[in-house]
Amino acid sequence: MPPLTPSQTVGPFFAILVPERGRARLRADGTPGVPIRVEGSVRDGTGQAVSDALVETWQADEAGRYAHPDDPRRREPGPAFSGFGRVHTDAAGGFGIETVKPGRAPGPGRLQAPHLLVGLFARGVLARLVTRIYFDDEPSNAGDPILARVPADRRSTLIATFRGGGLYHFDIALQGPDETVFFDV
Amino acid sequence: MDPTSVPIRGYRRPPADWHPSNDSPDYRSTAARHPTRPLVVVPQTLSEITGPVHGHGRPRALDHDLTRQHDGEPLGERIVVAGRVLDEDDRPVPETLVEIWQANAAGRYAHAEDRHAAPLDPNFSGAGRVLTNADGEFRFVTIKPGAYPWQNHDNAWRPAHVHFSVFGPSFLTRLMTQMYFPGDPLLAFDPVFNAIPGESARRRLIASFALDTTEAGWALGYRFDIVLRGRDATPMET
Repeated sequence: MPPLTPSQTVGPFFAILVPERGRARLRADGTPGVPIRVEGSVRDGTGQAVSDALVETWQADEAGRYAHPDDPRRREPGPAFSGFGRVHTDAAGGFGIETVKPGRAPGPGRLQAPHLLVGLFARGVLARLVTRIYFDDEPSNAGDPILARVPADRRSTLIATFRGGGLYHFDIALQGPDETVFFDV
Repeated sequence: MDPTSVPIRGYRRPPADWHPSNDSPDYRSTAARHPTRPLVVVPQTLSEITGPVHGHGRPRALDHDLTRQHDGEPLGERIVVAGRVLDEDDRPVPETLVEIWQANAAGRYAHAEDRHAAPLDPNFSGAGRVLTNADGEFRFVTIKPGAYPWQNHDNAWRPAHVHFSVFGPSFLTRLMTQMYFPGDPLLAFDPVFNAIPGESARRRLIASFALDTTEAGWALGYRFDIVLRGRDATPMET
């Protein structure tokens, strides 16, 4: 069995490869679902903006289906919505994802609440950090099987705040009193 | 079909201490950027075992050749970097996106924030991308990157390296890593490379010189195989 290739930091200069800075747009004009924006920033343990992070997101479509062969419920090829986004944070550590609100996907024993997966790479981060973005206007959060594994006093770090007009706010704190919950999956 | 439940086949978790710890004090930038609270262990769901098919965007025909992206040829030692993307069960990972970026032959990145006093090369941008073929194979043509100094500690130098980004079939197989060159004396002093705890794991990141990948009269060849997480043997209901 060949051994896994170990991870290394993305370093500070990946913009050579990923020039998109600040915002990524996942949806096209015809993508079904409720258009939303998720905006926020990445901060380190000293409160400094992390302006050299690569934020990747992965999500289901509006009906909770993934555009992937392992999802037996996936839609036949149609309106292009891959569900994947990636964006380089801007000078203030900010990022924005224009997408559609995901539906509820299956989870262990019950449906999951709508969520985006997040993978974060940066200088000083040797192995990808994984977290999730949930939405504060979703009653189904209360029954979400993954949120249930998170200590109650830290769950709020995973929940984006609705600001009106399709906008949700979600900050990522690598350290500090509001340190974001990161997952081992 | 019951919408709340689909069978999923998960991905095996890496052995403990295989990947570098994000809390690696010798690499100074980790100090304020590593989580201080324990990671929350969660089961894999359909969300994690899926992922962007083919990665992100489609490479164009010449994107794999970093020596042909400008009017002239870049300076430096021309090299071929070829390898396979496999999983832990030795199965090829076909049609997956492999991306690279690197410094030029003088050790300077074509990036506004690289302040190293070494020349830029107008004929070298330093980024490439390609999809693996049906056998998981990829091939890049580039130039050998130079070593460069950095601010981590007194007289700190990064060994020559090529950054790699690989997607694989799932969110869980996503990997960022760096490829190093055999015999580089700087490896022994590099806190990024040495943040990987195990000697056998570190060795995975050193390419091998390969005469059969070398193109006579043209470019030296290096082999670099990339191994992504393998799958569980049996599906589970989720």
